Amino acid sequence: MSAHDYSVCRSLLGSLSEYVDGTLSEELCEEIELHIADCQDCHIVVDTLRKTISLYHESAAESGEVPGIVRERLFRILNLDDYLQK
Amino acid sequence: MIENKTEISVEALRAGDREEFSRLVDAYSGPIYRLAIKMLGIPADAEDVLQNTFLKAFQHLKDFEGRSSLSTWLYRIASNEALMMLRKQRPEVSLGDVAPEDDDSSNYYPDQFTDWCCLPEEEFLSSESRAALDRAVQHLPETLRIVFILRDIENLSIHETSEALGLSETAVKTRLLRARLRLREELSTYFGNKLDQRSKK
Repeated sequence: MSAHDYSVCRSLLGSLSEYVDGTLSEELCEEIELHIADCQDCHIVVDTLRKTISLYHESAAESGEVPGIVRERLFRILNLDDYLQK
Repeated sequence: MIENKTEISVEALRAGDREEFSRLVDAYSGPIYRLAIKMLGIPADAEDVLQNTFLKAFQHLKDFEGRSSLSTWLYRIASNEALMMLRKQRPEVSLGDVAPEDDDSSNYYPDQFTDWCCLPEEEFLSSESRAALDRAVQHLPETLRIVFILRDIENLSIHETSEALGLSETAVKTRLLRARLRLREELSTYFGNKLDQRSKK
């Protein structure tokens, strides 16, 4: 990219988390959208940042089960053996 | 985020109702174990954190004042346990502080500009890619890793994350952004290679 002002990219970087979370002010959102319309690198950073977060959300949804044997040992150490079957 | 599918009665817990405590364990052990696995990477260590979390919760139920939710309180205990275990394993690392190199915001400027979002969905779903996601989390400094896990894997809000870690919301936001940017870099390298391999086929 020729004569690209990277200081703008850097100044917007601090707002990207809130931008992808949808918690940024309307004014700053507009500023980012205006910038990424012209800056391909920042456009890619925003898209891949969004994708990164969504991949972790998906992977979390697939995990979160405690293996049976781990649950059993946990209940025993907590003296909750009587409630293991529930 | 822990889904409180069955209402847990704090009153019953504080009165020492063991059946209620077993319901608490069943409702919350999955997310706590997941946090520990993502934080520590080793199942045996994660199991220790899981057990210590509920042992401590049981001991301190009488001190639970309800200022935060039960789930945030449990996440707080689990986060402390996981960080303490890391400190035991690597005593030279101070977990309360951000290392000087981690505090320099120029270290977080993006460096990878490959657009890998267009990869087919099956590429993201493979077990190899899932392992790459976990590895990338393991590569984060502990102070960033715990914030990322609570916010983006356990889906706590910024406020809940700050309560669980005893950090200001500003500190949580800064660490979260840095964690996300680092992960994006690492995934860009990984999925960028996948993109190259596909284009050569």
